[in-house]
Amino acid sequence: MFSEEITQEVDAIVTRYPEAKSALLPLLHLIQREKGWVSPEGMKWAAERLDLSPAHVEGVVTFYSMYFTKPVGRNVIQLCRTLSCDIRGAQSIRKMIQDKLGIAPGETSSDEKFSLIEVECIGACGTAPAMMIGDSLHENLTPELVGALLDKVED
Amino acid sequence: MAAFEPILTRIVGMENSHTLAVFEGAGGYQALKKGLKEFSQTELTDEVKASQLRGRGGAGFPAGVKWGFLPSQEANPGPRYLVCNADESEPGTFKDRVILRDNPHLLLEGCILSSYALQANHCFIYIRGEYPEEAIILEKAVEEARAAGYLGKNILGSGFDLDIIVHRGAGAYICGEETALLESLEGKRGYPRIKPPFPAVVGLYGRPTVINNVETLACVPSIIERGAEWFASIGPEKNTGPKLFCVSGHVERPGTYEGPMGMPLREVIEDLCGGVWKGRKLKAVIPGGSSTPVLTAEEAMAVNMDFDALASVGSMLGSAAVIVLDETVDIVAAAANLMRFYHHESCGQCTPCREGTGWLEKILHRFEQGQGRAGEIEDMQDICDNIAFKTVCPLGDAARMPLEAFLQKFRGEFEARIAAGAGGSR
Repeated sequence: MFSEEITQEVDAIVTRYPEAKSALLPLLHLIQREKGWVSPEGMKWAAERLDLSPAHVEGVVTFYSMYFTKPVGRNVIQLCRTLSCDIRGAQSIRKMIQDKLGIAPGETSSDEKFSLIEVECIGACGTAPAMMIGDSLHENLTPELVGALLDKVED
Repeated sequence: MAAFEPILTRIVGMENSHTLAVFEGAGGYQALKKGLKEFSQTELTDEVKASQLRGRGGAGFPAGVKWGFLPSQEANPGPRYLVCNADESEPGTFKDRVILRDNPHLLLEGCILSSYALQANHCFIYIRGEYPEEAIILEKAVEEARAAGYLGKNILGSGFDLDIIVHRGAGAYICGEETALLESLEGKRGYPRIKPPFPAVVGLYGRPTVINNVETLACVPSIIERGAEWFASIGPEKNTGPKLFCVSGHVERPGTYEGPMGMPLREVIEDLCGGVWKGRKLKAVIPGGSSTPVLTAEEAMAVNMDFDALASVGSMLGSAAVIVLDETVDIVAAAANLMRFYHHESCGQCTPCREGTGWLEKILHRFEQGQGRAGEIEDMQDICDNIAFKTVCPLGDAARMPLEAFLQKFRGEFEARIAAGAGGSR
């Protein structure tokens, strides 16, 4: 499923822990980093690598909100909607993104460049409203800023 | 009282404060050298006990006392673990991010000293999945510390071995609860465990384990370097040391600020944050993260930011995540927003929490639309009563406590959504 280089990275992760089962979350992060989402094949691979049941792995994958069980766009926008962001204008940011990209929360643009997800508190309340694009945090958002930001996102 | 001198954020703002060179240049890792040389493991625990350091994650339990619950090697031979809880996910909370991003070596120094006191040879830092950039910074800091001989075998010739493992979560508020965190660290769904047994006796992999918050562990080096007495001289009795206040919402300058424990909330809002924004009036303050009962403007202006002072007015210091609400805020909408959060984050293990938060969210959503029905304020209180203390972990209580305070202190706003009369009958 993976190249020699990635396989070595996997081995290093697994041996880091006193008990190999602890490597499940890191391996799922790795699958998602490499493939964009955690497919049924990915789950099966992780289960075999760690000697866990596929049912256990699927139970874990579906418990955590950051693992995608369906393909997503190449850039995933995670927009915070919890109180501190909400009262500093998160809804106007959502509207801006929806209008600009033509997608509602939970949807992926037809060119598969963007997915938009509304998420709960991302710990950036002091610089609200905030969102993440991929692994990057973007803070103190205004509709104008977000428009410019989305134009700059590379494919 | 002497002017407050920042401890946790002392080097924050300096260029490359996250690097070993800058941290060491500012006196970093001196406490570690002193601790390993001058203190036995028991003496180190006693020093932390004497400092009266209380856990900064929310519950405020004395850290040294928690460490003392670990059985001795004689009584329970084998590995024991320190787990640093960097899963801060309580809405309004972003205080640990400053340490993780701008002062990671202070946290590592605290982890190493604390692991030494606990005789733990493995320390895990469980960092929330939404902090990928901070996880990378932390991993680099671990590598730097290892290369400098602060981690690994025979640290600084002390004979003590330690490895620190940075472990990323994957988006689950519940994993901030310490037993859910342990389950997650074992590669499982984050379902809280029934206690007792407590983690000090049966923790990670069934072994004795201590779980401490980032800020708690970051306080330890200063206690060792300057002494418990000095630490305890900051703040009121039994509420000692420096404290990070993370302020969000309607203030001019939101952000993370360090001050002495017990600082008046008025000073936090007005002096540190420049007051309520746009010249508006203060309506209410959530003092310690979204789970802590809301304070009216009058209460907020009279209370001090420490564990006991906030408990005395029926709220909590929690994570010291101050959410400031100005006069334009719709309290019903705020309550609905937070209840949606708790329903979303309920792990689903206990019926009262899983179902109760869902029912409350639905009712509050209708209230927000002006479609509350007569008797539903009482219904919500009844649901809260049926959640209270009836679940494995405190998430259910964290959801109902703030709602009860909203209903009690701002009842008129809820009644107005019934008076609109559009909701029909129950």
